[in-house]
Amino acid sequence: MALEISPQSADGSTPSSFLDVRDLRVHFPTEDGLVKSVDGVSFTLEKGKTLGIVGESGSGKSVTSLALLGLHKNSRARVSGEVWLDGQELVNLSEGEMRSLRGSKVSMIFQDPLSALHPFYSVGSQIAEAYLVHHKVSKKEARERSVEMLKRVGIPQPERRYRDYPHQFSGGMRQRAMIAMSLVCDPELLIADEPTTALDVTVQAQILDLIRDLQEEFGSAVIIITHDLGVVAEISDDILVMYGGRRVEYGTVQDVLEHQEHPYTWGLMQSMPHLSGDVTQRLNPIKGSPPSLINLPGGCAFNPRCEFRDRVPGDRCLTERPELLPVLGSDKHIAACHLDADGKAEIRGTADKAVK
Amino acid sequence: MSTTKSIAGQRPAPAAESSGENLLEVTGLEKHFPIRQGIVFQRQVGAVRAVDGLDFAVRAGESLGLVGESGCGKSTTGRLVTRLLEPTAGKVVFDGEDITHKPVVKMREARQNLQMIFQDPYSSLNPRHTVGTIVETPMRLNGINPPQGHKRRAQELLEIVGLNPEHYNRYPNEFSGGQRQRIGVARALALKPKLIVADEPVSALDVSIQAQVVNLLQDLQREMGIAFLFIAHDLAVVRHFSERVAVMYLGKIVEVGDRTAIYERPRHPYTHALLSSVPEVVPGSENRERIRLAGDVPSPINPPSGCRFRTRCWKAQDKCATEEPPLVRLEGNGDGHLTACHFPEEPTIASRGEDIVLDPALAALEEARRQSDTGV
Repeated sequence: MALEISPQSADGSTPSSFLDVRDLRVHFPTEDGLVKSVDGVSFTLEKGKTLGIVGESGSGKSVTSLALLGLHKNSRARVSGEVWLDGQELVNLSEGEMRSLRGSKVSMIFQDPLSALHPFYSVGSQIAEAYLVHHKVSKKEARERSVEMLKRVGIPQPERRYRDYPHQFSGGMRQRAMIAMSLVCDPELLIADEPTTALDVTVQAQILDLIRDLQEEFGSAVIIITHDLGVVAEISDDILVMYGGRRVEYGTVQDVLEHQEHPYTWGLMQSMPHLSGDVTQRLNPIKGSPPSLINLPGGCAFNPRCEFRDRVPGDRCLTERPELLPVLGSDKHIAACHLDADGKAEIRGTADKAVK
Repeated sequence: MSTTKSIAGQRPAPAAESSGENLLEVTGLEKHFPIRQGIVFQRQVGAVRAVDGLDFAVRAGESLGLVGESGCGKSTTGRLVTRLLEPTAGKVVFDGEDITHKPVVKMREARQNLQMIFQDPYSSLNPRHTVGTIVETPMRLNGINPPQGHKRRAQELLEIVGLNPEHYNRYPNEFSGGQRQRIGVARALALKPKLIVADEPVSALDVSIQAQVVNLLQDLQREMGIAFLFIAHDLAVVRHFSERVAVMYLGKIVEVGDRTAIYERPRHPYTHALLSSVPEVVPGSENRERIRLAGDVPSPINPPSGCRFRTRCWKAQDKCATEEPPLVRLEGNGDGHLTACHFPEEPTIASRGEDIVLDPALAALEEARRQSDTGV
């Protein structure tokens, strides 16, 4: 297996970035074999910045985020690699130590707020509980804080709604309550796992703007996990594209969305219809379906679905796993593809025409 | 669109919005689900007015898109048209025949030309039936005996939708989501229908798979001349698939028109709000207008009086609360572009200099930021 080298993880020193994930691996042993859900993922994130992780279902996006929160402890998952948060390594922390970080320093917004909120307790008391766990305050103070958070995220009549149960909230309001709960302790890192997938487009726009505006106010780092490139384009600074548990492309939003370097990213861009696209043009889907994580294709994991593997001389796409190499003319942009720069430029020319 | 085609031998179309040959005509369609209370003597205490007076038509071979937020009644409309639900009021005329209250047994005949594709490819296929059985059943139920035999016909259909005909004996659980949706499409095609009601056919699929199914449906529409009622919440997918689009809000159509009218020259504030909410990846989309509505769709149990959108509208005035705006062609609108609004917006989607932010939390945060910016 070729070793992935990323610029920041070559040495073993303490990182300078706020969040530094190095060669994270999450493997699940099953009866059918070893499921390599996340296989060597590295990225960095500064405070006040947003990273978007994009990929299809089963690409390892959510498993990555659960690993950051240490939620694979006590499961059969095998987690390796390093996660440095503000100078502290998280993978080897004990469950107790992790617990004190979870909710206060790192918190999470889940995809489906109805199943993430407890149906038996009122929304307000669940938010207050998150505050009580991490702060030595009276119940009354926690309650006041909770009402204030409900107000901040735009829930009308927060004093009255404090006593309501999750089923009395609409989908958008539940997601707002989730955001209130995750922000109640001023976390420095906020992970949002498909926060708007279950919501309508008008509510999605409200929630995305709310996350962005609150981030600006709190100055936290945000990781947003989604399958929708539009959502990422709207609020992220950096993008990490995952395929089969590995990184295939990583860079700033401008780098990745305007100068895609990997055929999978091209495929994602071209398979989505756009509001300003040419309607006479057929969509150009990625053929086939996502790979099995037990038996990833050899060489480049994307090769069975790639239109351009014939352009690479020899059988390199089938036999040799492409390394993540820096893209010329950009300091952050890296991509894992055997195609040479000329070939990519040529293909991108035709791809851009298709999108516009 | 065949506006000049002769309609001799057919019933003349009743009050329809166009002179074309209408395959499906819906007038004043209503569906109210009763809310009952009490255990032994149940009395009705109210109704969910899911669909509340719809008029639209689908011409032969065209695709009409139906968009709107969840709870606006788009799926109910699809189920009323296929008569999976019984309309409370109104009229559904399909292929020149009134099917509004047709008995279930007789509906089977009409459904030969009127098929449906469902949203969830996991729950809409019987897990105990093989793919072959699933695709053949509509033919057997309707007593259709294709000359090549049921099995061969089913295999042909599987091939048309891009599946391996040798998988005839497999069960749905052996297929991925995208492949299952193809099985659903093959089943809908089995009777060579004239109209397919597709209820969110791609929203349960991954982005890369979505495009495969959209392309398949588009090919079928073009090659077989099947008309579609395409129900979806994804505005970009609907724009790609449908020549005409109807925008629904709380059980009513608020705007309908052809693709360019709705997506480039929308007049109803709700259409503006919907379009501006779609996140876009294409560079250069920054100069679109930005509208952020407050809250969610109101309850269809007690819809607002007058114009139903007025509670979330930035242009609402007293008139909107008292008088319901009719769905009419406004001055400056093209042919067939109807809008239900007293105070319509300018027909453009370009940025208007200032954002419209109705969400109180967002407005407060952005106001605070503006103040700190000017303060520093």
